This record gives sequence, C-alpha cells and structure tokens, in this order.
Amino acid sequence: MIGSLIGTAAFYVFATVLIASAAMVITSKNPVYSVLFLVLAFFNAAGLFLLAGAEFLALILVIVYVGAVAVLFMFVVMMLDVNFAELRGGFQRYAPVGAAVGIVLLAELGFAYGGWRVSDAAPTLLASATPAGMTNTAALGQVLYTDYVLLFQLAGVILLVAMIGAIVLTLRDKKTSRKQNIQKQISRTVEDTLVMVPVALGQGVGVTGIKRPLPPKVKAGHDDHGHGHDDDDHGHGHDDDDHGHGHDEDDHGHDSADHTHDEPAHAAHEDH
Amino acid sequence: MVVSLGHYLAVSAMLLVLGVFGIFLNRKNVIVIFMSIELILLAVNLNLVAFSASLGDLAGQVFAMFVLTVAAAEAAIGLAILVIYFRNRGSIQVEDVNLMKG
Repeated sequence: MIGSLIGTAAFYVFATVLIASAAMVITSKNPVYSVLFLVLAFFNAAGLFLLAGAEFLALILVIVYVGAVAVLFMFVVMMLDVNFAELRGGFQRYAPVGAAVGIVLLAELGFAYGGWRVSDAAPTLLASATPAGMTNTAALGQVLYTDYVLLFQLAGVILLVAMIGAIVLTLRDKKTSRKQNIQKQISRTVEDTLVMVPVALGQGVGVTGIKRPLPPKVKAGHDDHGHGHDDDDHGHGHDDDDHGHGHDEDDHGHDSADHTHDEPAHAAHEDH
Repeated sequence: MVVSLGHYLAVSAMLLVLGVFGIFLNRKNVIVIFMSIELILLAVNLNLVAFSASLGDLAGQVFAMFVLTVAAAEAAIGLAILVIYFRNRGSIQVEDVNLMKG
C-alpha cells in the first residue's frame, strides 16, 4: 500500500511506538501514566490511519479519543481516591495465564492471516468503492449519508442513550435542592395547610399556639428605632398598654425587639 | 520494502493481544481493564482501516467510525458505572463486585 521510503519508515516508527506504548499502558504502575501512554498510542494509531489514507478517521481518532475519552479516563483516575498500589497485587500470579492466552491468540491470528487470500472477484464485490479524484472526507460523506444513513442515525441514538445513561447514573439527589415534587403538590388537600381558628377579640392568634415565622433580625440602630415605634403605635391600639409607650428611646427599642414575633399577628387581628 | 496489508494486520494483531494480555495482567484494576478494552477496539479499527485501504472499499472506514462511536459511548457508561460503584462501596476492586452473585 505504501511504496515510498519515507512512508515505510514512518509506518515502522508509528507501529513500534504504538506497540511500545500499548505495552506501557498495561504494565505501568500508575494509572495516570497508563492514560498518558494510551494518548500516545492513539496518536500513533492516528498516524497509521493517515498512512493508510484514512485521513478523516485519523483526525476523528485524535479529536474523540485524545480529546474526550482519554480526558474522561484521566478525570476518573484523578477523581477516585483509590490506593492503586493495592490494586497491583497478583500481577505476577496472573501474568503466566495472560501470556499463555495471548500467545495462543497471537498464534491463531497468525494462522488466520497467514492463510488469508483476497478473492480475485473482490473488486467487483466492493460495497462502496472509493471514487477517484475525491478527498477521503468527501468520499466518506457520500456513502455515510446515503447508503449508511440508517446506521448513522442509530449511532446518534446510541450516543444519546449513552449521554442520558451517564447523567442518570451519576446524578445525585441533593437533599437541599428545591425541586418541584408534582405528586406531592397535587395530593395536597386544604386540610393539610389551612386551619380555621376561632380567635377571641383582642387576644391575638398567639393564644392558639400558632406563630408566624420570625421576621428577619432587627438591627439595633436608630433607623430601626423610629420604625419600630411607628409599628408599635399602629398595632397595639388602645386596650393593650403593657408594651409601654411612655418609655424612653433605649428601653423601648429593646422591648420591641423582644416582642417582634407576635406583634404582626396582633396587628393583623386588630385590622379585621 | 513495501508496507502491505500484512504489516498492518501484524501490528493490529499485536495490539489486540496486548489488550487481552492487559485484561489478565490487571485483573484488580478496572480502570486499566477499560483501557485494555480501548486498545482492543483500536486494533479492530486498525484492521478495518487496513482492509478498507487495501481493497479500496470505504465501507471499512464507515464501520470503523461506528466502532469509534460505540467505544466512546461504552467508555462514558463504563466510567459512570465505575464512579457510582466507587461512591457506594468505596473501592474499585474487581473482586468485590459480587453483589448480584446471590
């Protein structure tokens, strides 16, 4: 496929670095190094793709794998607080089994490839032959959006499902989040929230044990003083003099701060 | 010296075997197992691209692209499962993953 000397040399360089970095991925002690060697392996595989003429796939490999997947791996490796030294146990124990399986697999692949012959009729059986005089990306687009459009859309659905799945899996419900519980809202009845209380005239709802929520804390200052005094005049009216209108300024301020939480209720009652 | 299909297939076979070997070698570390799976899928992609270039058929490259898509989705889901597993159990030991064993 590749005739020129430079192309051949580039192939060997890329292939050697690819295999070496793949070996480092599986043998390095620290998973962070594994991820970095994985990135190197992807870059070299992209180089091999380029040499084979698959330019679009080579760049997609760099963008998707190095840009997204390897970063995702790095993110997870860094995020999980795992003692990786402990995970290294049994390295020697499993190595012979793995080596045996690997050698058997390699031998089988060698047999399979060794006996491989491309049929003479192969050029007539091509599903989508590469058109001449067209860039790789344009040619890919021409078959991808016509012959393989259904598969293309299925790939999009797979990505959507993966995205939703990853979000659903890792989304944590916070107890403090104020989200809407529609079921709870619909099943709410009047009795749950509204209570009719007969209140005697001039007593205030304080006697029923129902309190309003406390208003925000009143700051001790002269601005609040004047305001508090006005409120007091309004709310208490004529028959309730024990809050002391006639006190001097400082005393009165203190007093009104103490009584703030039942004053508004009282005032509301007087209005009716 | 001409680089032919056989050279590509040899590289991809070695890559695949390294991926399988990695799964056996790192049986306790599920993150490295994921990376080994990525290596295996990369070997598959290399095969598809090599055959595509050798035969002049673009179908191989289209399928390599789909393999890439599925591999990205698989990595995202796998790592999400890993994260929630770590949240629940506080470890990612593969040998501890036996909750559904009964």
